[in-house]
Amino acid sequence: MPVELLEDGRKRVGAPLSDEDVRALHSGDVVLLSGTMYVARDAAHKKLLEDLDAGVPLPFDPTGQIVYYAGPTPERPGKPIGSAGPTTASRMDKYTPRLLELGLKGIVGKGGRGPVVREALREHIGVYMAALGGGGALAALQIRSQRVIAYGELGPEAVREIGVEDFPVWVVNDCEGRDFYAEATAPWRKDDLLPESFRAAKAPLD
Amino acid sequence: MGSVRELDASAITRAVRELCIQINYEVPEDMVVAVKRAREAEESPVAKQILDLLVRNQELAAEGEYPYCQDTGYTVVFLDLGQDVHVVGADLSDAVDEGVRQGYKEGYLRGSVVRDPIFDRTNTMDNTPAFLHVRIVPGDQVRIQVDAKGGGSENKSRHAMLKPSDGIEGVRDFVLRAVAEAGPDSCPPGIIGVGVGGNFEWSAILAKRALLRKVGQPNPDPKVAVFEAELFELCNALGIGPQSMGGTQTVLAVHVETMATHIASLPVAVNIECHAHRTGTRVI
Repeated sequence: MPVELLEDGRKRVGAPLSDEDVRALHSGDVVLLSGTMYVARDAAHKKLLEDLDAGVPLPFDPTGQIVYYAGPTPERPGKPIGSAGPTTASRMDKYTPRLLELGLKGIVGKGGRGPVVREALREHIGVYMAALGGGGALAALQIRSQRVIAYGELGPEAVREIGVEDFPVWVVNDCEGRDFYAEATAPWRKDDLLPESFRAAKAPLD
Repeated sequence: MGSVRELDASAITRAVRELCIQINYEVPEDMVVAVKRAREAEESPVAKQILDLLVRNQELAAEGEYPYCQDTGYTVVFLDLGQDVHVVGADLSDAVDEGVRQGYKEGYLRGSVVRDPIFDRTNTMDNTPAFLHVRIVPGDQVRIQVDAKGGGSENKSRHAMLKPSDGIEGVRDFVLRAVAEAGPDSCPPGIIGVGVGGNFEWSAILAKRALLRKVGQPNPDPKVAVFEAELFELCNALGIGPQSMGGTQTVLAVHVETMATHIASLPVAVNIECHAHRTGTRVI
């Protein structure tokens, strides 16, 4: 589905994504996703990579697809899904480059990505987008269908295929190496108020 | 000598079950007020929109069909047991776990706990066991505070054994560093719980207890309250803003708790809470 530019400046797109689609998405863009996404988080990623190593076919073909890092709450009767906001993306950093190599194009999560993932997004033409962290109830309203397709024993961490309609996300890391969090926060940082000792110290936890 | 009050453990199970469900759908009033206050104070137009979305998320969750966040937390229970109470009918910790089990099932809440951290990360599927802290206190009542704590913000929490010579500046810089490094990952704007003093483990428990104070209520010690206000201003000066999209409202509150410590030590724990702050209390 090619990228559609809406009147209000937002963009609408859905999987499968081409390189051209990914190149049309830039750091800071507000994007409405429609169509299919594959839900997978920590334990599912571990299994996906183990399957790859073992030569077992993946439960879905990642080519051109979007993976959503999430673990929904159980759905109530008559509802397709429960609350379904994003989880912290950096925990998947270890697994992400391999999936991008295989053709994965889009990732939705929340929070920052490490330099290895940012470089892999450049190299393989991928895009990382953030959904509203902690907005699980609102996210559920944009999800139309849910089907567990692999690793059901993982419960909330099973791989799911979901159908979404106008699911809102922000582009954080585009395929040009830009980082929206850095761009968005820098103008608001009041360095004159922050203690000299804090600014001077090398981060103890880096 | 006063008499001993017998309390059936099922009353504890019932209270825990009800709290688990309630707090995951109904954002407590102090948190509603804190988000609205941040919305008023925020200067970034984008951040204002984000805070509006958080208000809508609160309202939607309160309708009772979707929990506020899909991470319905692991269950922390602070249970103050009056020393004149005799719990009968079941083991106390079993009674609490049973409340979690029933609450998470009936409330359509996510099981987010694995049995073992290293060897067997199998999901227990019912969110047990609870992380239970029991204190024996005077009286014949049982006070139960339940907190559904999200893992994403918990992961960004930090601990350090500072030197006494690091002083208040060392504590201040460590808190700021933790909030800066958490960045977008901890779902700001949230609450920063800081525990200073005690020893290795007590500083962490203090930090958790600090989170559970009414949002924005200052420490009763005026010196600590001034430090809280300073940390609040400095955290917001980081410019991270709601969802780390830039803004003036990175934290909703900073709560600091202190206690005695060793002559060699200055332990500091920073427990970070997201905007999905879910806690509630019952007294039996």
